Amino acid sequence: MSGKPVLHYFNARGRMECIRWLLAAAGVEFEEKFIERPEDLEKLKKDGKLMFEQVPMVEIDGMTLVQTRAILNYIATKYDLYGKDVKERALIDMYAEGIADLSEMIIHLVVTPPDQKEAKIALIKDRTKNRYLPAFEKVLKSHGQNYLVGNRLTRVDIHLLELLLYVEEMDSSLLAPFPLLKALKSRLSNLPNVKKFLQPGSQRKPPTDEKTIEEARKVFKF
Amino acid sequence: MAGKPVLHYFDGRGRMEPVRWLLAAAGVEFEEKFLKTRDDLARLRNDGSLMFQQVPMVEIDGMKLVQTRAILNYIASKYNLYGKDMKERALIDMYSEGIADLDEIVLHQPYIPQEEKEANLAKIKDKARNRYFPAYEKVLKGHGQDYLVGNRLSRADVYLVELLYHVEELDPSVLANFPLLKALRTRVSNLPTVKKFLQPGSQRKPYEDEKCVESAMKIFS
Repeated sequence: MSGKPVLHYFNARGRMECIRWLLAAAGVEFEEKFIERPEDLEKLKKDGKLMFEQVPMVEIDGMTLVQTRAILNYIATKYDLYGKDVKERALIDMYAEGIADLSEMIIHLVVTPPDQKEAKIALIKDRTKNRYLPAFEKVLKSHGQNYLVGNRLTRVDIHLLELLLYVEEMDSSLLAPFPLLKALKSRLSNLPNVKKFLQPGSQRKPPTDEKTIEEARKVFKF
Repeated sequence: MAGKPVLHYFDGRGRMEPVRWLLAAAGVEFEEKFLKTRDDLARLRNDGSLMFQQVPMVEIDGMKLVQTRAILNYIASKYNLYGKDMKERALIDMYSEGIADLDEIVLHQPYIPQEEKEANLAKIKDKARNRYFPAYEKVLKGHGQDYLVGNRLSRADVYLVELLYHVEELDPSVLANFPLLKALRTRVSNLPTVKKFLQPGSQRKPYEDEKCVESAMKIFS
């Protein structure tokens, strides 16, 4: 169990950002090796480090893990952010997967052709305010606790915070009808590890711009 | 903890099939309530039974669980098919997620418009033969054991075997160069619970035919 986890990805949010968030929230320092040129990716493949030829990949505790969920599950378990028993885990998983579905739509926006973007954005906004945010507001309302599951911080609070910030980036009015989500967002943002991660100079990545996409396309050929 | 799990879905493979396989492999009897019309879906939504208004949904141990991975994770944990510790779980998750990525392309095949079917099939064949199956063959070769992780059956073996069958339906010679995958499939298929599930009359669903696709489209449109 040596050293810090090492994250292999390109220098952007993409599918690695949720991992950065979880490690940061857990107070775990990590290193990043950015894939900048096609040769960087080729080398990882040739070295046999990418089970399915893909990133994200995280070196942690002697393992070379790929697949975002495998990585998140391991980190959450290791740092006790995955609930206290199998039933709490079920709720955490159910909530986290809903968040992942909406996040997937948002991730895909950056690679959506310009002529389809408007329709995609409209769909995302519709799902956000009519399906996902109401579901999580309802959870908080039902138990009146400060966290989504088990009355303490778990991974899914962090996943939700990250999502709420992206929703806010897209359209801040989307959060307006959800007072409990807004309160959760404030509360979580003030946790020391999270507060630190939210500050400039942290390893948190900014919104993905055109230039970053173009560079990623060259390396990942999509 | 009363009664059998109840699976809510339409009468087709879709996203529920891996759940059926895992329960069956674990030797767990389950009931199914099939959605047949749009009203059936509406009813479940109006009951507040579907957290994100979607199926699959499984009633199990007093919970109404949605989201396939949440359901599979719970069943795997409960029936001890999720490894013995955190590190085995990491491998099982990594392997299962790879299978899920391939399955995502495979499960859509019946629902893809006719003119796009050939291209999707080509993608399935390419990914199965060149990315996924070699990766799992390599795992088995690496440790020489009978199962993917920890020298005993886990959810990863069950899911992989399901995919081996499903991809072979679409690409009959796909397993030709993967002797260890073939052996794994045979081994897992001969386990009493799986053998039973593979027999006609079980709750295993066939490849979705046009009628099934049409029915599903009506419910979910």
